[in-house]
Amino acid sequence: MSATEIYRAPALSPEGATVERHWRDLAARRRLYTIGGLVFLFLALSGSLWFANETNAGKFFDRLPHVADFFAELKPRDWFDPARALFDLPSPYDDGSLKFDYPEGRVYLTQSIYIPEYFHRMVETLNIALFSTLVGATFGFLLCFFAAGNITASRWLRFFTRRFLEIVRAFPEIVIAGFFLAIFSLGPIPAIIAVSIHTVGALGKMFFEVVENADMKPEEGLRAVGANWVERVWFGIVPQVLPNFISYFLLRFEINVRASTILGAVGAGGIGESLRLSIGRGHEAKTIAIVFLLFCTIVAVDQLSAWLRHRLVGRQAFAYGRGE
Amino acid sequence: MNADAINDVAARHPDAFRRSPWKRYATPIGILLCILYTFYCSWFFSVAGVLEKANWNLAGAYLADWVSYEIRPDIEFKDNHLTIDYSRFSKLGSNPDPDWVAKQMAIIERQVEAVPAPAVATNKSSQDSFMAPGAPTAEKPAAPSGQSAPAVPETVRENAVVAATVTLGDGQIAVTPKLVTVTRGAETVVFDIAKGSSVTPRTPLPDWIEQRRPGSTAYVSFGFLGRAEVQNDEVVAWRRFFGWANFVFDTNSPFWGKPFSEVASLIVAGARIDPSRSNAALAWDNILNNAEWQHGDVWLKLLQTIVMAFVGTVLASIVAFPLAFLAARNVTPSGIANQVTKRFFDFLRSVDMLIWALFFTRGFGPGPLAGMSAIFFTDTGTLGKLYSEALENIDDKQREGIRSVGATPAMVQRYGVLPQVLPVFLSQSLYFWESNTRSATIIGAVGAGGIGLKLWEAMRTNTNWANVFYMVLLILLVVFIFDSISSYLRRKLMGTVANSNDERRVSARPPAAQIA
Repeated sequence: MSATEIYRAPALSPEGATVERHWRDLAARRRLYTIGGLVFLFLALSGSLWFANETNAGKFFDRLPHVADFFAELKPRDWFDPARALFDLPSPYDDGSLKFDYPEGRVYLTQSIYIPEYFHRMVETLNIALFSTLVGATFGFLLCFFAAGNITASRWLRFFTRRFLEIVRAFPEIVIAGFFLAIFSLGPIPAIIAVSIHTVGALGKMFFEVVENADMKPEEGLRAVGANWVERVWFGIVPQVLPNFISYFLLRFEINVRASTILGAVGAGGIGESLRLSIGRGHEAKTIAIVFLLFCTIVAVDQLSAWLRHRLVGRQAFAYGRGE
Repeated sequence: MNADAINDVAARHPDAFRRSPWKRYATPIGILLCILYTFYCSWFFSVAGVLEKANWNLAGAYLADWVSYEIRPDIEFKDNHLTIDYSRFSKLGSNPDPDWVAKQMAIIERQVEAVPAPAVATNKSSQDSFMAPGAPTAEKPAAPSGQSAPAVPETVRENAVVAATVTLGDGQIAVTPKLVTVTRGAETVVFDIAKGSSVTPRTPLPDWIEQRRPGSTAYVSFGFLGRAEVQNDEVVAWRRFFGWANFVFDTNSPFWGKPFSEVASLIVAGARIDPSRSNAALAWDNILNNAEWQHGDVWLKLLQTIVMAFVGTVLASIVAFPLAFLAARNVTPSGIANQVTKRFFDFLRSVDMLIWALFFTRGFGPGPLAGMSAIFFTDTGTLGKLYSEALENIDDKQREGIRSVGATPAMVQRYGVLPQVLPVFLSQSLYFWESNTRSATIIGAVGAGGIGLKLWEAMRTNTNWANVFYMVLLILLVVFIFDSISSYLRRKLMGTVANSNDERRVSARPPAAQIA
């Protein structure tokens, strides 16, 4: 390190020299590890890139100029057309094809008032996300107390609850969705089940960690006056962990909005399906409308949730992406 | 404490004793809202209707398929004998003769049509007739050997099956050309068969046999062990076996059906089966190209998924690293630069990973490049945001110290800032590497390559649930391994038990280890 070379102690005692030598050894070894790690990372990265390029359908450098082509193809006939697609207004280019049939998808509430198709789809996706977060949080709430070491004394009960939560969390959502798609046929219910099951595991884990960090004094007070287990948990633990629970709930909701969009794209309804279809068929105005709507919704959900969490627990749980 | 004291306390803390109604009833109101929302959702998604229409029988069968397989002998009634066929890609290989199908042979006489014999030999059933003559087919036990073509109808005498008994656990189906006897436990039902017209039970049917109309096909259930259909021209039985059939070698492999010791000795010391290569190479090739399990392809796709997550996260970290310094308001004092970079992060993050995946699938074609780019774009945003937040939370004292001895701005960052944030950065990247391994599976299914697509295709056919389960187990294994590696590295990095999901605790802690 250059800083140490500028400063040289004039004379070190023999003990001091030993310490100095050890420190140098340590620094040299640490530097070696760092360089070794970087070299390994570099090799792994180049190997992976080569492998990915080899097994891809199109080669990176062949396809690179055409990636921009696709964005160019997305240019609509005129810039009002995406707005018409978004609000299901008739397009002047309507030639009877699927590409410009914007009014087709209107969902009529009364004779004249309608919800535009993509708004309805977006509401569907949001409902999938919110409902499955709710279901997942309910079961996660019920299970988390059995996994927390400070509430549940039985080692076995704790062990099995934790393993259950882990398995449920790691099981790929897409397999659950696919399985229930086979039973229920196409529709949003498989997505709800898949996201809910995953949420039980994810939230259950977050919840029991919060419970384990809870202050046990209220619980002891209740125990002293002879409260039973349920009363101790309900009056001693729940009030202090609830803000954190709600904060994690909101965080999960953000993640689940994205998850249900993706599941929608593989056949479980909602806006994801519309997006996949319109990109696949090359409907530029529709694609732009959906991407715009999705972008705005995700920003709005993130902002709302961040604001609520900020109010609930201050800065501490203020990061996106925790708790997959 | 007397009443006056209590009143005194109540007067001093009115909000603790007389809270606003909204606060007092917050819990019941919250629960009520949740219940109302549940009702709304069950109306919105018409849950009741969907549950009613659901095919629950299928669910059981599909779940059983995850860990078991079925073999289907197909016993056809002829005038005075039977023929037994197995489905075309039977898991028992090309010449099945399982011991749970007992056959009774006898010399019978039958009329042979005026067709050349070789044609008779290949034209066994409509299903098999599409096959090329040389292809492996389910051999008929009573296959007539090639006599010369008779020009006129002729009576031949030959050895044929006259009775067959299929055993399914404690159940049994005994078949003769005119009579089918079905036994399950202590109950027995005898069916009279009028060939080509009706199936008639002699006694009332128990609840495990269903006949929808008198004389029509009878559906027999043996629980998990299998099922059977007694039709007026054949009996089809499905016998279910626990486990994965032909997991290592498929039926076309010369190693198929041999016990492990024999395979091992063949590989180590046996004579070459294929003269052009060693037995070990042949065995390995047969495993990789197993037609039912496609091990080679599955492993390749799994590697693609791993690579997608790895490259995406590494590249995102590399790009997010310098940008985060630009976005942190205590490092770069320019408000415009902070805002522009932060909004750029928000943009990358809020355009969903799905949208990026669909875009890049169009751009690069299906494959890992698309998934990798999608992860790269999304996570540059997320990691950039997290990195810049970590930078904004650093302790300023170290920086001041470095600055006070006259270090250049670059040196201040290197020795004053980096040691504080690098462990946090690395720990966050590791966490995202681990979580991206999971998300890479899902975006694979929309065409971005990897095991996701393979999984999705296997599920859509509804016949390969065992393959689905195999892939799920592989994914769980990979996720578990990466979880362990990532949390081990993070623990080393932070010098404490870094909680896998609770980054705020991690970032609040002073970094114990520095990476030089």
